[in-house]
Formats: sequence, structure tokens, C-alpha cells
Amino acid sequence: MAGNIEVEEDDRVPLRLRPEWSDVTPIPQDDGPSPVVPINYSEEFSEVMDYFRAVYFAKELSSRALALTAEAIGLNAGNYTVWHFRRLLLESLKVDLHVEREFVERVASGNSKNYQIWHHRRWVAEKLGPEARNSELEFTKKILSVDAKHYHAWSHRQWVLQNLGGWEDELSYCSELLAEDIFNNSAWNQRYFVITRSPVLGGLKAMRESEVLFTVEAIISYPENESSWRYLRGLFKDESTLYVNDAQVSSLCLKILKTKSNYLFALSTLLDLSASVIQPNEDFRDAIEALRLQILIKQDSDIAITICSILEQVDPIRVNYWVWRKSRLPQAA
Amino acid sequence: MGDLAAEKHVRYILSVEKKKDSFESVVMEHLRMNGAYWGLTALDILGKLHVVDVDEVVSWIISCQHESGGFGGNVEHDPHILYTLSAVQVLALFNKLDVIDVDRVTGYIVSLQNEDGSFSGDIWGEVDTRFSYIAICCLSILRRLDRINVEKAVKYIISCKNMDGGFGCTPGGESHAGQIFCCVGALAITGSLDLIDKDLLGWWLCERQVKSGGLNGRPEKDPDVCYSWWVLSSLIMIDRVHWISKEKLIKFILDCQDTENGGISDRPDDAVDVFHTYFGVAGLSLLEYPGLKPIDPAYALPVDVVNQIFFSK
Repeated sequence: MAGNIEVEEDDRVPLRLRPEWSDVTPIPQDDGPSPVVPINYSEEFSEVMDYFRAVYFAKELSSRALALTAEAIGLNAGNYTVWHFRRLLLESLKVDLHVEREFVERVASGNSKNYQIWHHRRWVAEKLGPEARNSELEFTKKILSVDAKHYHAWSHRQWVLQNLGGWEDELSYCSELLAEDIFNNSAWNQRYFVITRSPVLGGLKAMRESEVLFTVEAIISYPENESSWRYLRGLFKDESTLYVNDAQVSSLCLKILKTKSNYLFALSTLLDLSASVIQPNEDFRDAIEALRLQILIKQDSDIAITICSILEQVDPIRVNYWVWRKSRLPQAA
Repeated sequence: MGDLAAEKHVRYILSVEKKKDSFESVVMEHLRMNGAYWGLTALDILGKLHVVDVDEVVSWIISCQHESGGFGGNVEHDPHILYTLSAVQVLALFNKLDVIDVDRVTGYIVSLQNEDGSFSGDIWGEVDTRFSYIAICCLSILRRLDRINVEKAVKYIISCKNMDGGFGCTPGGESHAGQIFCCVGALAITGSLDLIDKDLLGWWLCERQVKSGGLNGRPEKDPDVCYSWWVLSSLIMIDRVHWISKEKLIKFILDCQDTENGGISDRPDDAVDVFHTYFGVAGLSLLEYPGLKPIDPAYALPVDVVNQIFFSK
């Protein structure tokens, strides 16, 4: 069968012993004289590739050639030329692409971090058109259930949404993944993709209020989560005045500072906010002062300078970044 | 930590062929061109490129060129833009760019630019900002950048910029240090770095450094030596490299060495490979580790090689 790549080692009959291949003379790999990065090929792999070269150069568009590409892909799914030839074969033999989809699924189950698999999958989906929508969304979901940050799977999923549709349940899918792992940056990115690009949600402006609520809650649960803080900032894209004066953002920061733990991003966000929000506020002064006393650093009458000094102390690996932030403060000049 | 086991790494790179039937050798066959670039560039940075037979390498590279002008990953493989850049880079290492028909290679790359300014990787049309970088870097080395629509190419890259300051593979794709290197590199080569929010991107990049000193490629992911290249080179191009701790990163890379048999791995105590050996050595070069040739962060070639390209007649 064309798609069978799960041949057990012991059951495999070498191609040279198979009657259906007896008329083909295999062509060995020509690595040239003393190759730079000489490769030693396993015997089985070499044989399959020798026969592959024979059918490839003869441009043999047959079903046995298709079966051979499946064997070659099973041994090494990263070879562009084999996939390339397989697509030519699929086209010329008019193979049912639903079957091909199953083949890709089996290959992906063994090695899903391979560009060619995804490119091939997209090629198949593109040919099948809108009817492929659900199967593609399901396929990526399955991969993401094993590795929720799988870059290729996310990329494919975004392509499906934009080209075949299926936006309706995407926001709740993102919520589902974030409920499983609130630190999943890929899911946050997908969420941003959905709220800014989904044709059914009305865009960033329409979504801002509810998304701020969602994000604030996520941050309160895990204030050390870089992704959620960046998402919050992203909700105010091109609206920095709105952001630096937003009471929800400043009170979120205050709330976290008062817990005296995992406050790094809260402090850094505070630096972004408008001086008119922070400076005159007694609560902020007290919270920062408490942190200052906790880590025992020098007092400064300016609250923003103190914030930078705290960050220099608690995030020493990036001390130069915080020193630079301090130097940029208008009051430091 | 010890020092850089430079001699052992040289021996490791030269001895990859002795590992019979290794998994690595089977999966490397089709991307031998990339392997040649990683191995040879690492050798050059270590000051040992002269031990390689130039003519053999060059004739093998020429034999990988397809009639379309592009290069395959090995002899008789289909051309792809990925291997085309590696082929051009290796030829540049040996100052042998004159052996190829530059206009044919240029024609191949030009044919891969799409209407929206993006680039496909081959005739099958996969689009990715990696390919934008490759096209721009390659044409710049060949001094034929004027043959593509640079303005549109830059516009496409900028459309892949995210709210965190980073870049993804296509518009809306998650920021990833590897993609960021490609986008920043392409913008650097085309003189378009002013389109980046350097402070925002710089902060995102320096947040990639974790406690062990290593760098990861995305939030909450494990550190990996290959990001020493991707994150560091990007930070250098946007002039923010002092925002991370260089000492800690050097220690992390050195901890990933196989001090007995040579080679560098992704993380301490993992198996070494040529890919990570190159990225480790290149990363240390960017960190100005003593005894290494300086490498150019945008072209990913030794600085003297880049100078030779641009300051020769």
C-alpha cells in the first residue's frame, strides 16, 4: 500500500528481492570525490534512495513509484526532492487526496517538526478546498494536544482559518488551552491573532474591554507570566495614551506589588505608566517603599528611580537594561 | 566550565564522516549543503579552514547547482532557496564566487519573489520570512540586490511584526528568535532597521536569557545553544547586546561542550551535532571570545569574508 510506512524491520523485503522491482537498475548516490561532510547511509536507506533515483530520473509516474516515495519518506521525512516527486505522482495518478491526508497524518505522528510534512499537508488541503477545513482544524488540534507550542501546527492552523474559515470557535479554543497552561505563549499569540483578525468578533477595539478583564485575571493568578503582560500591552496597540492612563492597569500593578512577590513585570509596567498616575498616589509610594525596605536599597525621592533601582537588584542578569531604563527617565537627566 | 576546546571541535567537525550509520548521517543526506556551511564556517571561525581541500568543495558545490540556477541540498537534489544561500556562503568563505554564473543564481532567487513582496522557498510556494532573509542575504552577497523589489520585500517583513516587538514566519505568526534573526538580518542588509522598535524588541530578546545563562527562543521554552546565535546576532544588529549577561551566556555555551570528543550540544550533557557546534562557536565569536575570528551578525559569515565581498573592486 502506498501509505504504509510502518513496516516492521524484520518483515521488510529489500527492494532488490521484490519481483515488481526486478526491471529497475538502482542508481547510487554520487557524493563526488572525498565529500566535505561525508555521509554514511544505512543500508536500507541507501537501497531505497538508489531505487528512488532510478524512478525519479526516468520520470516514472507509476503507483510503485508512489509506494517507493512513501518508503523513502518513512526513512527520512526531510527530503525535499522525495516530497516534490510525490506531489507530481499524486497529480498525475489522480490519487484520492483524502487517502493522502491519512498518509501525512501517519508520517506526522512520528516526526511532526519537519517543514516538508506541513508544506505537503497544506498543498493537499489547498487542493481539497473548504471541505478540508474541519479535518485540518482537528489535525492541528491533535498535534497541539501533544505539544501545545508546536510552531508548524500553529502556523498551519492560522493558514486554515484565513483561507478555509472556521473562526467561530477559535477564541474558546484559545481559552481552553490557556486554562490548561496559562504560560503558553503560542496560545496567547493565537488569541491576539483571533481578536485582531477574526471576521466575526469585530476587531481589537470591540474586544478590548472584555479582553482586559480576562487578562487582568490571568495576571493576578500568575504575575510572573511574561506572555500575559505582553498581551495586555498589545490590547492597547497604537493607543499608548489610553494604556498609560488606564486605571485597571495601574491598579493591577498595585495589587501585585502589595503581595511583595513575583512583581518584576508589574514594576516594569509601572515604569510605562504616566507619571501623573503614579507620582501623586500614596498607595504606590507605600508599596514601592515596602519593596525597597525588603531588599534594602538606597532611598530616592523619585519613585521611578526607585523602581529602576529595585529592578536592577532583583533582575541582575538584565541589570544593564534597567540601568538604561533609569537613564531614560526625564527626572534622571 | 573550562575553556573552549577549540582543537577538539575542529577534529570533531572533520571527523563527522567516521560515525557510521548514525541517525544524524541518515537525516543529513539531503541537507549536506547546510551541513557544509555549518561545518566550514565553524572551521573558519576557529582559524582552521585551510585544512580543507578548496577545489573538492567547490566542484561538489557546482555539481549541486540545478539548471534553474538554484542549488540542491546535495548532488541531484531539487533546488531550494535554503541550500542556495548555503552554497553561496560557502563559496564566499573560499573567495570563489567567481566560479558560478551569478546571473543564473540571481534569476532563480528573483523568480521566487511573490506579488506581496514575500519569498517562496521553491517552486511549490511555501512562504516564510526565513526565505525573505535568505533571498536578501544571498543577493546582497552576489551584489544583485537591485534585481528584486526591495521595498515590497521590506514591507512584507514588517507585516510580520508583532505587538511584542518580535517577528513571526507569516503575518500573525508567533514571535520566535529564529524568525526574528531572519527579519532583523534582512532589515539590516536593506538598511531598514529604523522600522524596528529597537527598545521593545531589545527587551523581548533580553528576556530570553534564563537563570542558567542560556537563551531560549520563546517565553517559557528551554534554553538552547542555537539561540546564542539567533538572539545575540539580533541584539547586536539593533545595538542592544549589552542588555544581557555575556559572562553567563559564555559559561552556558562552554558547559555544552563535549570536552572529550569535541562538538557542542543544545544543552549541557546532550549529544553534540554539527549544527549546534556551529551555533556555539559563532555565538562565542559574537561574544568576542578570545582566539576566534569575528563573525558578521547579518551575513552569518566571518567579518573578513564580508569585507572581501564588499571592498573588493
